[in-house]
Amino acid sequence: MAGALRIELGRRYHFAASHRLHTDKLSEAENSRVFGKCNNPHGHGHNYTLEVRFSGPVNSSTGMIANLADLDTFVNERVIEPFDHRSLQEEVPAFRETVPTTENLCIEIFQRLKSFSIAKLEAVRVEETSNNSFEYCGNPSRNTT
Amino acid sequence: MVYLTRKLEFSASHLYHNPALSAEENRRIFGKCNNPHGHGHNYTLEVTIAGEPDPVTGMVLDLKELKEILDREITQRMDHRFLNYEVAELKGQIPTCENVARVIWNLLDPTIPQGHLHRVRLYESADLFADCYRNGAKGAA
Repeated sequence: MAGALRIELGRRYHFAASHRLHTDKLSEAENSRVFGKCNNPHGHGHNYTLEVRFSGPVNSSTGMIANLADLDTFVNERVIEPFDHRSLQEEVPAFRETVPTTENLCIEIFQRLKSFSIAKLEAVRVEETSNNSFEYCGNPSRNTT
Repeated sequence: MVYLTRKLEFSASHLYHNPALSAEENRRIFGKCNNPHGHGHNYTLEVTIAGEPDPVTGMVLDLKELKEILDREITQRMDHRFLNYEVAELKGQIPTCENVARVIWNLLDPTIPQGHLHRVRLYESADLFADCYRNGAKGAA
């Protein structure tokens, strides 16, 4: 019966960071037109909520897919510490050349978390505000149904 | 295919303890959750049913019916209960979010009269949840 079901563990984390949407590939006028207020040269910030989902067998001894202490340590080291109270484009190397939209933030966080050894990363979902959220699941061929 | 989700809340206590492990191992693995007196949570359960809307009623499943099923199978069984001692389906299991979600799936799956159970999502707190799907199913909702 257990094999007929698939269980995922979901965990939410919170961090605050600033960003500025700007690309050197466009002119000043185009940057301003495309990114609007988000192109403000001084940047602006958000309270981000990060939701991660991991799959794997439920350990029969602990009842867990992954121990939260292990998962929290991993996510804190890989994402929360380097992102929280930082300027994304100034302090996260991935965003020196890539616009720190929340779409790209999802992809970067996925890359940082996919090596978790205890369970398989299924999805990264980031809420930029309570009205905007983005989700990335890695390779789209993963979904078979 | 349309996905319909109904939410309900229940409050319950639990503790994590595996009698096959030593007291020290239990403490190390489960931390505060190993407190022998237990502790509690306000759980939020989201139940998602997938199906095609009935051509006459426009419904995947009558929400009143789903509400009655959830009340009978989940609320009456788990609300204001100590999960380790009072929910027979959890006997011998650590009542983690993962295991409770699986038990809820197994309780609900045979009772859904129209459409089919697509996902059970159980929040133990706003920042911790477990999802349960039929193997191979994935995606929306």
